Amino acid sequence: MVPVQKILSFYIDGFQSMRVGKKLWAIILLKLFLILTLFNYFVYDKSIKTEYKTDIQKSNFVYENLKGK
Amino acid sequence: MEDYLVDWSRAQFALTALYHWLFVPLTLGLGFIVAIMETIYVKTGEEFWKKTTKFWMGLFAINFAIGVATGIIMEFEFGTNWANYSWFVGDIFGAPLAIEGILAFFMESTFFAVMFFGWDKVGKKFHLISTWLVAIGSNLSALWILVANGWMQYPVGMIFNPDTVRNEMNNFWDVILSPVAISKFLHTVGSGFVMGALFVVGVSAWYLLKNREIKFAKSSILVAATFGLITSIFLVISGDEAAHQIAHKQPVKLAAMEGLYDGEYGAGLVVFGLLNPNKTLEDEKDSFLVEITVPKILSILGYHELNAYVPGLKDLVYGNAEHNIMSTAEKIQKGKIAVASLEEYKEAKKSEDALGAKNARLSLQENMKYFGYGYIKAPEDVVPPIALTFYSFHIMVYLGGWFLLLFALLLFFITKREIRDYRWLLYGALWSIPLGYIAGEAGWIVAEVGRQPWAIQDLMPVGIAATHIATTSVMISFTLFAVLFTTLLVAEIKIMTAQIKNGPEGGH
Repeated sequence: MVPVQKILSFYIDGFQSMRVGKKLWAIILLKLFLILTLFNYFVYDKSIKTEYKTDIQKSNFVYENLKGK
Repeated sequence: MEDYLVDWSRAQFALTALYHWLFVPLTLGLGFIVAIMETIYVKTGEEFWKKTTKFWMGLFAINFAIGVATGIIMEFEFGTNWANYSWFVGDIFGAPLAIEGILAFFMESTFFAVMFFGWDKVGKKFHLISTWLVAIGSNLSALWILVANGWMQYPVGMIFNPDTVRNEMNNFWDVILSPVAISKFLHTVGSGFVMGALFVVGVSAWYLLKNREIKFAKSSILVAATFGLITSIFLVISGDEAAHQIAHKQPVKLAAMEGLYDGEYGAGLVVFGLLNPNKTLEDEKDSFLVEITVPKILSILGYHELNAYVPGLKDLVYGNAEHNIMSTAEKIQKGKIAVASLEEYKEAKKSEDALGAKNARLSLQENMKYFGYGYIKAPEDVVPPIALTFYSFHIMVYLGGWFLLLFALLLFFITKREIRDYRWLLYGALWSIPLGYIAGEAGWIVAEVGRQPWAIQDLMPVGIAATHIATTSVMISFTLFAVLFTTLLVAEIKIMTAQIKNGPEGGH
């Protein structure tokens, strides 16, 4: 068996033989979905990276917040 | 910015961090206990130890799976809720976090898979190495996060660039080898090691109370109590170093931890105390309603000298010329000069006034150390919440002492007596599992609440670090997190307890 096939069968056999592990993977995938879609696109949709494209814009934004407080 | 928004943003970050820390310490400690058990299996060749290792490895996997990625949310929060902070810290925070991400990905995707899927596919020794690498890798991940946190407590290895309005790393090694970062790392992973040991002895004690899995439970207690005793001693030593660092780098935090209003030579450590809730900095009332103090210990702890002077909150706020302690009012003045110099520099650059820019930059550099004080309204505002810091510190210390005693007692009774006859000790071990989590969270409260009002010590207070966004959106996301994390915690407890009830014969 070529190495890639060996590695693939290593993971496939491993996943197939899991018992509690399948439930855990379901939780991991659901959690990642929530974090990377719901939170990333709807809760944290606006950040300094999304609102300001260049470093100059970002530094100007922060500078405005720092001065004259 | 309104305090209401800042408080909600802080509450959200605290909630995320506290929940995240419910999952992390068990990973840090249990990984090593599993590796030790597997080492015994490889050395002895006894199938019993393989079965024992696989059982605890299964519980390790449950905790790991439920906890993984919960820290990502904090990174989102930096960008959205703490935009000023995340830009101001520059690559100093980003570099360690990026290293952590890459390291975690490669370590976890490769060796984690070998550890779980490789029992019958790879050699015993290769499997054992993988298990050790997972344990070491998890702790190395913690190193990078704690280096970043250590920098917030004691910013070093950087220079502020007024053109970009951010700090730039000028010495990677100063950041990585910062004494605060090192002591924080050692003390924090040490608490994880103790948590792992508490978990194993607690679950094993439950089996003994149920008269189940006797050999398995006793063997597990022997390994975990030995590991727990050694790491508890390590925790005391690293805690001593952490206190020493706090005394030098964050003296206000140390004074709050001990409710010390007036500085003292040969200051004592409060072993038990009830703070006077009506006490303020300005009055001369007693700091405590009830107090039991051991003389000299705080001086030894903080400065490693019997009669060292430990400054109190009044010294640190109002200054003390005799001990060369600058008043906060003076620091505020210097901070205001730094903030004004930044504005002057920017204006001079805009009007192409080279000399003006040079002078403003020099003034900024001279006062940059106090930059954050420029935003502090009153000197008393640099004092953190004293009661929360004081009680959290003492709860952490009491529980740490109890764990040390517990491991010593367990080792004695497991080797010299029939431990099943001592049910009070077994109950003590079982109920110490939640106490371990309380101690860990209390430690983080001391570290983070104790350094308020600073997001970055002396450079940026939380009110300036926060982004001006709608308070309602922070409240909504706070609620969403509370629901998500509570669901994850309930799932973990249910899956974990089901697996424990199945016993070592259950699989993963």
